[in-house]
Amino acid sequence: MEVKLRDPNVIMKLSKLGSFHQSKLSFLRSFLEEFKDWEYKKDLFDLNENGFGTAIYSFKKKERVYSLICFANKISDQERSDRVIATKWDAAFALYDGVPSKLDVERLKNEVPKQEIGRLSYKELALSRANKSLRVFDHVVKNLSNGKQPDLDLLDKVGYLYRTTAVYGSGKFGLADRFRIKNREEINGPFRLEMMLVYLVRQFTFDQVNHIAKSKNPKFAVELDPKISKRLGIGNSTGLGMAPFIVNHPTLLNNWILCRETALKKVREIKKVENDKINLFKKSLRNSVKNITSWNTESKYQLEKINSLLNNVKKTINYLENKFSFDTEYPFNKIYLWLEKETCDECIEYIVSIMMEPFDEILKPLVNKMSSEEEKHFNIPTHRTIEDLRNIIEKRYPNILKIDFNKIENIKNFWFISKNKEEPRYSDRFEEQGSELEQPLAIARDIKKLYEELIISKNSLTIDKFLAKYSNLRHVVRRAFIIEKFPYAEIQDNTIAENVVPIDMLRLKLSFFGALKFDPRSDKWLRICMFQGAPLPRELKNYDQQWVYNF
Amino acid sequence: MKSLSEIEITSKRASKAAGYSWGIAEEIGKGVRLLELFGLAGIKNLNEYFKSKANNQFENLNLISNNNQSDKNPYCPIIFGISFLDQVKTLEKFEKIRLNDIAYPFLVLPFLSRSSEIIGKKIHYKFDEYEFILNFNIKIFSKSYGDKFPINAKNVEIIFLENKDNFSEEDWKSLYKLSEKTFVEESDSLKKSAAGAGLNDND
Repeated sequence: MEVKLRDPNVIMKLSKLGSFHQSKLSFLRSFLEEFKDWEYKKDLFDLNENGFGTAIYSFKKKERVYSLICFANKISDQERSDRVIATKWDAAFALYDGVPSKLDVERLKNEVPKQEIGRLSYKELALSRANKSLRVFDHVVKNLSNGKQPDLDLLDKVGYLYRTTAVYGSGKFGLADRFRIKNREEINGPFRLEMMLVYLVRQFTFDQVNHIAKSKNPKFAVELDPKISKRLGIGNSTGLGMAPFIVNHPTLLNNWILCRETALKKVREIKKVENDKINLFKKSLRNSVKNITSWNTESKYQLEKINSLLNNVKKTINYLENKFSFDTEYPFNKIYLWLEKETCDECIEYIVSIMMEPFDEILKPLVNKMSSEEEKHFNIPTHRTIEDLRNIIEKRYPNILKIDFNKIENIKNFWFISKNKEEPRYSDRFEEQGSELEQPLAIARDIKKLYEELIISKNSLTIDKFLAKYSNLRHVVRRAFIIEKFPYAEIQDNTIAENVVPIDMLRLKLSFFGALKFDPRSDKWLRICMFQGAPLPRELKNYDQQWVYNF
Repeated sequence: MKSLSEIEITSKRASKAAGYSWGIAEEIGKGVRLLELFGLAGIKNLNEYFKSKANNQFENLNLISNNNQSDKNPYCPIIFGISFLDQVKTLEKFEKIRLNDIAYPFLVLPFLSRSSEIIGKKIHYKFDEYEFILNFNIKIFSKSYGDKFPINAKNVEIIFLENKDNFSEEDWKSLYKLSEKTFVEESDSLKKSAAGAGLNDND
């Protein structure tokens, strides 16, 4: 039986994309899988009694070494801010390509803590900074130094000791361009080095908290129980900076979604599922419930989604336990069709992720297909005709073409780059200044504009002649020809509409990162936790693949 | 050192600020990235052109013919370059394209380089005493690396080079003969069991 890939015009709606959850295809999980047999080392740990100083961690295999250099700094409580406009952080990090010399460390000590206004070199691969969750960090130090383990309720509520406020890679601030490393076998998935950075930062936070506790009370201090450490991840505050990325990298977005959709299709096409795989699916689903019940947020928007998710997941478990038999042919197809009929988007996507868990033979080949050679698709096929282009738009953007962009609510907002921090922002076109400097992210509006010119142009006219007259539409002409080949490359929604929820765009990207427990703090930024429950570096060689559901 | 990513993004944004559309600005960003990757002065020339553009008029050549004459002002190298890129499959039939006046001719290079890849032919680009060979977007050959290029060129020629060998048949035969020394003579029994053996080829 052949199952069709899900329709991009449905899947690529923001409300659907904003319901995606982590899966085995997520980048932090594929990073762990790739680096599980690398040699992990703490190469330097030169911190004073208050935990300030320099530390270096590395992963090594044969001749290849990646080193995380950590700089922990003293800052006042007034200086601590998660906002992108902050200029000081509790700790700053750079992932170095190789083993850094003393000179490198000295150079980076001057530059890394400055973040955006520092300069990095092609030898550095990623850059980040993080702030302590003061209430958790201080609590843990106090308890450990008194010989006690910390309060698990508090730890579970927050989930981390530090949260990063930005992770940069791919050429930012002088960092290595991706072309320098893209052919390395271990970097065959997106954001792999950024994931390594965050993972090693997590270990640094444990080592730092143990070190400070020990310094405070050398005789009685105890180390944080590794089982408790595992329950902690790294927090992250994510704002709009992430949203334009998925618009600006259409082929990459396509490959992420296509791999997920292909995995689902293949799972649905399995005629008979082996018992151990059925059990793994059921166990993961059952265990996952506590990820939902421990999901803390004050966001009304998210709370409603969580409640609906919990009810629907319980309903699904009940259905699977009492009404469904895996003896049937194509069981996962039947479950999927039932989910579509009986549950909500949030639940469908949640269970789709869990359906993939038992099927490494399907997922592993897909992990390597999640990157993209974007340059290959940049040239516009200018020999093609207006008729071709019009057909592509009619086929790929049917819902977008129905939007009336003469209505104010459909052009209410605009995307721009902030002069203060060179970061993307989103604002009301009719209330704020600067819409004349709008970024080319209103794809739906511009595609419709292009279409309106195409329908009054001669069918046989070639694109080169059209572009000679309409250079203002060049960016969307390029885009439409990309979308022709990459059906999941485009968000099928209006990203400047009054009712758009920008955090849906963040949620999409963060789910592919592997984030858990999205906590929206407004419609424009949210907090997440990464690597919560993940194996510690020393456990990597033989770790529980379903750690996400079993911690 | 600036990364290529920074070079591309900044060139793109600056191009938009200089008055080009976002789609054109994307092309300029890619072009300057390419020049800098090849060790050529993309940022410097783009910067100088934008400064010049603020005080001077340039002609937009949107539809290119084999002989392009601007009566008043020099052609804009960006619009010419992008038009060339877009129309290259039509233009290659001309064999040679001429322009009488273009500003900052150096800035046309990345568009010719990409055009060379699209049509699968090398392109010879000449202005004043400067000459370049655009080699399928893999390399740009010239004796003029590091030179300060003119802000204006009056006699510009672009020639499509036919795909042909750079060596004589004699040189080829001589080298081929040497390569034959790596071959091994097959025995009769091996010949009988090679691919296709035993089948009726008239099936």
